[in-house]
Amino acid sequence: MTTTNVAMRDAFGEALLALASDFPKMVVFDADVSASTRTAAFGKQCPNRFFNIGVAEANMVDIAAGMATCGLRPVVSTFALFLTLKGADQLRNVVCYNNLPVILAGNYAGLSDSYDGASHQSIFDIATVRVMPNMTVVVPADGVELSQALTAALRRDGPTYIRICRNPTPVLFAGESPLEIGKIRKLKNGNDLTIAVCGVPTSMAIEAADRLAQRGVSVDLLEVSTIKPIDVEALVVSARKTGKVLTVEEHTVLGGLGGAIAEVLSQRAPARMSMIGIEDKFTESGAYDALLRKYGISVEHIESKAMRLLTPEP
Amino acid sequence: MQARTHCDPQVALQEKDRKKKAAMLQRLAQEFRITVLDILHEKGTGHWGGAASAAELLVALYFDAMNVRSEKPDWPDRDRLVVSKGHASCMLYTVLANRGYFPTEELKTFRQIDSRLQGHPCMLTTPGVEMSTGALGHGASVALGMALAARLLGKSYWTYVLLGDGDLNEGQTWEAIMAAAKFKPERLVALIDYNKVQLDGPSDQIMPMDPLPEKFRAFNWNVAPVVYDGHNVGAVLESFDWIKNQRQWPVAVIYKTHKGRGVSFMEDNAYWHGAPIDDASYAKARKELLQTLEALP
Repeated sequence: MTTTNVAMRDAFGEALLALASDFPKMVVFDADVSASTRTAAFGKQCPNRFFNIGVAEANMVDIAAGMATCGLRPVVSTFALFLTLKGADQLRNVVCYNNLPVILAGNYAGLSDSYDGASHQSIFDIATVRVMPNMTVVVPADGVELSQALTAALRRDGPTYIRICRNPTPVLFAGESPLEIGKIRKLKNGNDLTIAVCGVPTSMAIEAADRLAQRGVSVDLLEVSTIKPIDVEALVVSARKTGKVLTVEEHTVLGGLGGAIAEVLSQRAPARMSMIGIEDKFTESGAYDALLRKYGISVEHIESKAMRLLTPEP
Repeated sequence: MQARTHCDPQVALQEKDRKKKAAMLQRLAQEFRITVLDILHEKGTGHWGGAASAAELLVALYFDAMNVRSEKPDWPDRDRLVVSKGHASCMLYTVLANRGYFPTEELKTFRQIDSRLQGHPCMLTTPGVEMSTGALGHGASVALGMALAARLLGKSYWTYVLLGDGDLNEGQTWEAIMAAAKFKPERLVALIDYNKVQLDGPSDQIMPMDPLPEKFRAFNWNVAPVVYDGHNVGAVLESFDWIKNQRQWPVAVIYKTHKGRGVSFMEDNAYWHGAPIDDASYAKARKELLQTLEALP
């Protein structure tokens, strides 16, 4: 593992350029934020295959869907909040209902549009898109996984939502086996507690697991990059082994990774569970790391919640 | 009670003489109205108003303007129609079935369990349906995507979108109208079924859309210089002739239509947007439709 930091959005922009010739039917859409989401470079390289629709997310999603019916492979990029809410009816009634191969690139997701504040912070995009039939939901943990997710999505049928962070985050998986849609990546093998994490907090979970190991706690650490379809078998095996599951995500605790895992385990392998994420509230402006800390997404919080989960119930 | 003469859809499709064809399609549209009325009455569900309003336009598109192959609905070079006013589904299905996409007997399954004919059009289940619609406001954007795809793929198919009053209320429709004028895709045509009645009442009361041609022009569309009579197939075919001669894109044509067309007490009456058709109204309505059909040349 290296300590280099790379922003997923930069990896996204570079991946689009790199994939342009391998996927000649790929077209890219943006809604007047191409400089921010890094799709602008693709637009410069392939102007005929790039469509800036202006600030009209609903329109953008449906234009892309229309193209998809004709055999093209659209990648639709804008801020996650606006893509999933201003484009929600379009995602539901056109893209998902018709199972069209449109890739939804939800940029600036989670708290990563940190200084812009609550109006721009996408804290329930996973919950919003996860309930739509036919949708695949991928939350990469670093730039490497992001570009692998994009490539994998271009090879699949049906819609795929990919969650993208704005800010530089540690590169975790360079040279590792590539992200596989639908498969959990096992990061540590342990017996006392399962920690399931997705996205940016993955590096925090790794550090927390190391600290817990020093306290004699062995963590089964799972990186759940695909929220849907979720890797049921890997979750069940781990939950049966440890009986305790802590979920960690940069998202509200309602309906995201924690919710998805609770849905599975409550039926297949009931376990004591605890969830880390943003409690049911709106967030605020601030530095990204300060925001994550304030809203409970930190190494310390993972460690303390893990210890609490290990304490027998009275 | 059936009409004394029946117009064979295949004969109408093949007819080369424009005047004769217009007369045949006029009859077909009226026959399809009766079919739709029968289905909606029998099933006790569906939308009469918008279906009757679009009869001539849908018939003229599928039996004249559009280059499609009903035996190969996914032929890549086919012309596309997005019926954005998806509540016209029963008329669309009737036209598609008679055009050969699926057996007309299947129309009896409209809106019933396990049917391919969903309440609103579904592209996954019904051969010939290009886009699932029903939620208003999607069609213009989707059609723009299809027309831009033709440009990218080097194809020369036409893309039509049929818009209703409700669609014009939706903000997304105007986003699409704006964007279409930016990209100017060749052979993108918006047909507006402008009956000026929506679910809750006259559009002038619910959400006024006039002056509609001026609005499209202000958005830099090439708008037909006249508003055509959307219930006169001869006029509709004339509008198609005008469309085929255009070189400035995108193109919009506005048709004056009447919601619930063909039944005096249902015409221009918002109640019949989607009300179930009771037995007494059905008998009266069917008689009127049949009388009109018999009187056609």
